[in-house]
Amino acid sequence: MTDFKLTEAPKIVEPTIYELSSPGRTGVTYPDPDVPRAKLPDELLRKVIPLPELSEVDVIRHFVKLSTFNYSVDSGFYPLGSCTMKYNPKINEDTARLPGFANLHPLQPIETTQGALMLMYQLQEWLKEISGFDAITLQPAAGAHGEFVGVLVMRAYHRDRNDNKRTKMLIPDSAHGTNPATSAMSGLKVVQIPSDERGNVDLEALRAEADDTLVGMMLTNPNTLGLFDENVEEVCRIVHEAGGLMYGDGANMNALLGIAKMADLGFDVMHYNLHKTFSTPHGGGGPGSGPVVVTAELAQFLPAPIVAVVEEEADGLPPLYGLVDPSKTVGRVKAFNGHFGMFVRAFTYIAMHGPDGLRDISEYAVLNANYLLTRLRDAYHVPYDRICMHEFVAEGRWKDAPDIHALDVAKRLMDYGFHPPTNYFPLIVHEALMIEPTETENKGTLDAFVDAMLKIADEAHTSPNLLHEAPTRTPFGRLDEVKAAKELILCCWLPEDYGNQ
Amino acid sequence: MKFPSNLKYTKSDEWVDLESGKIGLTDYAQDQLSDIVFVEALVEVDDDVEVGGEISSVESVKASAEVYAPAGGKIVAVNEGLADTPEVINSDPFGAGWLVQVEVSSQSDELMDAAAYEKYCAERD
Repeated sequence: MTDFKLTEAPKIVEPTIYELSSPGRTGVTYPDPDVPRAKLPDELLRKVIPLPELSEVDVIRHFVKLSTFNYSVDSGFYPLGSCTMKYNPKINEDTARLPGFANLHPLQPIETTQGALMLMYQLQEWLKEISGFDAITLQPAAGAHGEFVGVLVMRAYHRDRNDNKRTKMLIPDSAHGTNPATSAMSGLKVVQIPSDERGNVDLEALRAEADDTLVGMMLTNPNTLGLFDENVEEVCRIVHEAGGLMYGDGANMNALLGIAKMADLGFDVMHYNLHKTFSTPHGGGGPGSGPVVVTAELAQFLPAPIVAVVEEEADGLPPLYGLVDPSKTVGRVKAFNGHFGMFVRAFTYIAMHGPDGLRDISEYAVLNANYLLTRLRDAYHVPYDRICMHEFVAEGRWKDAPDIHALDVAKRLMDYGFHPPTNYFPLIVHEALMIEPTETENKGTLDAFVDAMLKIADEAHTSPNLLHEAPTRTPFGRLDEVKAAKELILCCWLPEDYGNQ
Repeated sequence: MKFPSNLKYTKSDEWVDLESGKIGLTDYAQDQLSDIVFVEALVEVDDDVEVGGEISSVESVKASAEVYAPAGGKIVAVNEGLADTPEVINSDPFGAGWLVQVEVSSQSDELMDAAAYEKYCAERD
């Protein structure tokens, strides 16, 4: 059993930078201008600018102090389901900062950016091979953007055949919330397909909706229950027979690297999340990157431009890389060519691991999740309980502890020094706790997490107040989510009555 | 949990009072959603709404949900006050938390009575 040394975090509530301000303090003194001052019109000048006044050292201490309140994958275990918060190797940061990459301008002539284009080309080839698809765009800025691009491509495919009655997108009830949002953004009608008792797509419900108004279906596999859909090939067949296309949400690719190719399973389109599967920074460390891969049939609709070999290697000269536009492109979806720094990081990660290493990643991710599931399933109810992939969903509730909710379990975990798992998602599980350990965690860390979870399950029955009042060992206690959602203060200085609030 | 016997219920957790035409979310629904923080009416007075049409969008700290009409007809009133006090749906789902009122001209053929709906809720738990 892990010996938790529960220490109180310092309850120093750092004042806001406005409260630290004192008139006349200054960090930087500007020299007098060496050109004549321009006179600005009076009506454009504000008499009072409510900016804080502080010295440099005060500013540094304020923000360094705030940064210590932060929790990140560099400071601890972060089992946030469906987000794949894996450790980001620091060598990624070294390569992304190589001056030849970091100092490029996207408008340079292509003759001077061959190294960058070659890296993008090689990354395209690798991402095609890993998924089994024929063509790719690296442009999308993140996962949901990739979904949007994928659905635009699907729509373009149907319109190109003048099949304009197709307006319906099928989405399982275990899907990521971005799937219905993407379809709605694309002007499509969303129809939800229920899951069966094993957590697979309900085939009967699918058949009932598979008609000639189908644009296609968006399926995450493994799904958000962390389960591989056992009927995935049949699902693809039903949708294809109705003339629809299969969209694969690649958010959970961390379970499949080197094991299954989404194109082989029957998918037509898929997006990757480089910031999940390929260890580029995630969340506040972004930006993300959501490349989209498609079958040969859909290649002509991809966003423009795409990196290609424009002159073959010849006479001892290397190939010339350049940018080409697919013939029936849906257009450009991102300024320039996407988040290039993320391409360098993902390229580094793939090159470092190689094909066998990538397969190892998925095998360890799945092994770690099943280890946690096996150790936790007696203390936490797991509604769709079978061998999981890279994540699983447990319930944070007990019949004999009726006042305890998933949120209480999540908050109590913070007292034990862990980032909570995703909670209340997917919606088809009551009081869901969605746990994804990733491959980078060792057995000691997993055991410590299990020990904390078992202790919390025990506390839920013996001393529920510990959970209701949690977290008590963090710099801040439980925040008021209702107030946070309803009373937004979105301005760059404090309202006059702030002191009274 | 309450299941008033004068109301009819849907599988998507709406209630309708077929006498007054008032429609709302059930006690079970508000309990599942937890604290409701936003309500947006998707229909206006004098709109015609069909059975199954979207009438409101509700957002809680946990999830957002669309509310579908258990009965169709002309909208005669919208509970405007909910925009400022959406928490009323949590505290009084069958009373002050009503969403819209319709002049009932059609109704879903899958409506349940209180006993059937209570059983349906128990099955899902």
